[in-house]
Amino acid sequence: MYEFDYKRPGTIDEVAGLLNDDTVLLAGGQTLIPTLKQRLAQPETLVDLSAIESLRGVCPDGDQLAIGAMTTHAEVANKATIPALASLAGGIGDAQVRNRGTIGGSIANNDPAADYPAAVVGLNAVVNTNRRTIAADDFFTDLFETALEEGEIITNVTFPKPEAAAYIKFDNPASRYAIVGVMVAKTSAGIRVAVTGAGPCVFRQAEMEAALSASFTPQALENIAVSADGLNSDIHASAEYRANLIKVLAKRAVVQING
Amino acid sequence: MTNETGIGASVRRKEDKRFIIGKGRYLDDITKPGQTYGYFVRSPYAHAKINSIDTSEALNASGVVDILTGPDMEADGIGPIICGWGITSKDGTPHKAPAHPALAVSHVKYVGHQVALVVAETLQEAKDAAELVEIDYEELPHVIEVGDALASDAPQIHDDIPGNLSFDWEIGDRAAAEQAIASAHHVTRMDLRNNRLIPNAMEPRAALGEYDAGTDEITLYTTSQNPHVHRLVLSAFNAVAPEHKLRVIAPDVGGGFGSKIFIYSEETVCAWATKKLNRPIKWTAERSESFLSDAHGRDHETHAEMAFDADGKILGFKVSTKANVGCYLSTFASAVPTYLYGTLLNGQYTMPAIYCEVQAGFTNTAPVDAYRGAGRPEATYVVERMIEVGAREMGIDPGEIRKRNFIPPDAYPYETPVIMAYDSGNYALAMDKAQAAIDYSGFEARKAESAQRGKLRGIGYSAFIEACGIAPSAAVGSLGAGVGLWESAQVRFNPTGSVTVFTGSHSHGQGHETTFAQIVSDQLGVPIDQVEISHGDTGKVPFGMGTYGSRSLAVGGSAIMKAIDKVVEKSKKIAAHTLEASVEDIEHSGGVFSVAGTDKKMTMAEIAFSAYVPHNYPADVEPGMDETAFYDPLNFTFPAGTHIAEVEIDPETGTTEILDWVAVDDFGNVINPMIVEGQVHGGLAQGIGQALLENCVYDKESGQLLTGSYMDYCMPRADDLPTFRVETINTPCTTNPLGVKGCGEAGAISAPAALMNAITNALGKEIDMPATPEKVWRAAQGL
Ligand SMILES: Cc1cc2nc3c(=O)[nH]c(=O)nc-3n(C[C@H](O)[C@H](O)[C@H](O)COP(=O)(O)OP(=O)(O)OC[C@H]3O[C@@H](n4cnc5c(N)ncnc54)[C@H](O)[C@@H]3O)c2cc1C
Repeated sequence: MYEFDYKRPGTIDEVAGLLNDDTVLLAGGQTLIPTLKQRLAQPETLVDLSAIESLRGVCPDGDQLAIGAMTTHAEVANKATIPALASLAGGIGDAQVRNRGTIGGSIANNDPAADYPAAVVGLNAVVNTNRRTIAADDFFTDLFETALEEGEIITNVTFPKPEAAAYIKFDNPASRYAIVGVMVAKTSAGIRVAVTGAGPCVFRQAEMEAALSASFTPQALENIAVSADGLNSDIHASAEYRANLIKVLAKRAVVQING
Repeated sequence: MTNETGIGASVRRKEDKRFIIGKGRYLDDITKPGQTYGYFVRSPYAHAKINSIDTSEALNASGVVDILTGPDMEADGIGPIICGWGITSKDGTPHKAPAHPALAVSHVKYVGHQVALVVAETLQEAKDAAELVEIDYEELPHVIEVGDALASDAPQIHDDIPGNLSFDWEIGDRAAAEQAIASAHHVTRMDLRNNRLIPNAMEPRAALGEYDAGTDEITLYTTSQNPHVHRLVLSAFNAVAPEHKLRVIAPDVGGGFGSKIFIYSEETVCAWATKKLNRPIKWTAERSESFLSDAHGRDHETHAEMAFDADGKILGFKVSTKANVGCYLSTFASAVPTYLYGTLLNGQYTMPAIYCEVQAGFTNTAPVDAYRGAGRPEATYVVERMIEVGAREMGIDPGEIRKRNFIPPDAYPYETPVIMAYDSGNYALAMDKAQAAIDYSGFEARKAESAQRGKLRGIGYSAFIEACGIAPSAAVGSLGAGVGLWESAQVRFNPTGSVTVFTGSHSHGQGHETTFAQIVSDQLGVPIDQVEISHGDTGKVPFGMGTYGSRSLAVGGSAIMKAIDKVVEKSKKIAAHTLEASVEDIEHSGGVFSVAGTDKKMTMAEIAFSAYVPHNYPADVEPGMDETAFYDPLNFTFPAGTHIAEVEIDPETGTTEILDWVAVDDFGNVINPMIVEGQVHGGLAQGIGQALLENCVYDKESGQLLTGSYMDYCMPRADDLPTFRVETINTPCTTNPLGVKGCGEAGAISAPAALMNAITNALGKEIDMPATPEKVWRAAQGL
């Protein structure tokens, strides 16, 4: 780790006032701290969000669930009233990671193998920042890239409650991130199928959404040929294998929803 | 009356209290006044020439004490890192080992190769300065896989070692094996890959050198499995200090699995640099340094042929192996793929003819050396995969084919064609018990039930054997070992009757402090809480050879038995004098010395007191009660057993679930069944890790280690493992006084074959380790 200054302001406005090219926001530190320890980043200042109470908490609000950016995975796992979301959060990393890592940090980081992006896109959530509101489909833009601008802070994420949803994850045996994770949801905006882990960034599987809109059965997915083009390939899984998993996991999610 | 803390009792581990309450004292817990911190600058390239090293800017950085390089070591006459076992090739020439300076001098040969040591007041300052060391590298072509390294067009790694070949060794009778294969009813032929592993002890390697200018003595605290071997080599070969001016202390050590046997660069450099700078220097490996620079394990490419008659009896066995030894020959690297491998290819079977040849090739990867099992897991994997596949090809039940080939219980001692003499065993008994425990006859019904759920069920055997209790010194000497492999023990009574045992073995998780104390408690009647086991400090314990190869109890425990014999002999003389009887009339049992046929007796505590307060004492007996013994084993020991694994595969994802695991092991007599069970569990976890999860991967293009952290190198976790069902049978070893065989490596040796046999049984297709989900999925889908 290189030396840095550490600030822990009490309000979002103070945070916003501190941000510039040489500062980095610190949430749970589960991605950032290892990066610093490996000397892969050299920020001048870390601005810790942990003193801002308003960024924390799971708040049911009618047919929506608002989750503060600084809410830990453990808290979402225990309190989210959307079962698929709670189970997704409960499947992230290990107990230590879940007790520190936050939803804001996870989606800001947009690791291609992270779980939350599948929830945000699959459940058609909205990401709220100190400046604006960003629709899920516009938020995740590329490998480790999001729509966030310089100095923009995620404040919370609002999830419309789905009629039903299921998230099925195939763990990387080593890291236990997702080799592939598929969220299938029946939402007020229609059937959504969001895939994480398989590509450079979370994506929706339009063909599956259409097939499931016609018939919400695993059989409806049977004849869909998932292409391996553009999918990730690494020492753990080839693109072809990931393509297979997308279909297998999507079917299992449908089976789970149909009970 | 049985002693509740004696031999055979599951005594809770004495050492666990300090570990559980956080009072274990590992290397990084030790800090010395005026201590500095060392940080190694390592090669980012797989193979490169060093044109220049410029330390000028780094030397001026804050807190830097000094920066040391290979030429500095050479100038001080510090010798290169050695290999301690000489292997002779087929053509009679000795193995080839490149000079291995502890810090690179002219070339780097693998990613992570140690180039310079930065010494600073704090670790942060050392790391900051390390970034300022300017090294001008000129990249050279590299080679990663041993098959590629031994090919005719391979890049040359060491100028003086043509073709990257260290040795081309053989054992057994080639003509007889080939004859058997040529005339057999059936021959099974396979190519087998034994995947490369990274050891991953929980505590990373570390070293703290401390020089005392007053006594001119260097103390090296280090994570060692064998502190005297470290002292001997550092003194005799590296010339760090004369033996009497070098003290090596291995305090609590958090796991070794072989990887802490070896004399590495970092420890050598710290021992030398502390005197040079006259400051204590501590280096603790970060986990990523451990991945890069601990000696790796396994990494064999093998072609095997096994010949059978029509009944499935083995007629001959021929094995050709290419072993990747990495870029240099580590301390015992040459022995692992030869005398710890080829000699175990006989398995539990009568095999009339065996031939094995091994080519050891250098590659631009970390050195490869002993890792839990060391050679024997590789041998068991070849034998047990071959006989299983032979059974499949011939349509014989895999349990039945093994039984037809087992060495019968009345055939001991049994000489194998590959120079081992098995002393005892009962292989069919272990197999019968394992089959009963797993309900082998019910397997087909279970398989059908799995099939109804769309799952593939498989069952697999491993009837393993290993050679432990390493080893008779004359025998290993004749095979090339540079050292003897005896062990030492000193049993020291205190005047008040408590005992300290000094052992040359070293415990780094095995539970010696309990098991060894049980022996003393059992034999001399001393309450176990009054027996202290001291180990790991060359300044305290007699010269010892350390812990590896499941040798501690069979060899170190036997040395304790010999020292106990001396205590008993002396005590009889003291008792005879005090009780006014003749020595011949003194009988001893569990620490009570009595005059035959009378009720006159003395306890061990009374005798010990008398020995230190010899007011009424035999004239021809020395005072004191402190006996030392050295024990050189008569033979290896041969733990063996049958493991059966049952798995279920999800063909849609390729996931393997281990449903059941039965291990029936013959470890001879058992001192502490609970500790033995724990050792088996740990070994199985590592063996299952190898077969299912672990795999060291270097990128062939760049030579970079791709599995350099837990993000990519998959260690087994508790939820990857089934509930093990472990049993022992107890055929006493006939060649040591305790009748024990050793249990530390059995699980790691046996598990890979059992699991791969189960997985391939389920798939109906052969695949190599590790059986990753994708590999299994491809096989299940016929891709
Ligand atoms: C061992 C381990 C296992 C893991 N396993 C999984 C897994 O299975 N699945 C999974 O999805 N993840 C996994 N993770 C990642 C984990 O979920 C992290 O918590 C997450 O990636 C980052 O969240 P954080 O709160 O720790 O953020 P930090 O590490 O503190 O920050 C990450 C990045 O987000 C930025 N940031 C943080 N908060 C905000 C905000 N409010 N607005 C804007 N930018 C912000 C930071 O500046 C930083 O760049 C694992 C991590 C570890 C260490």
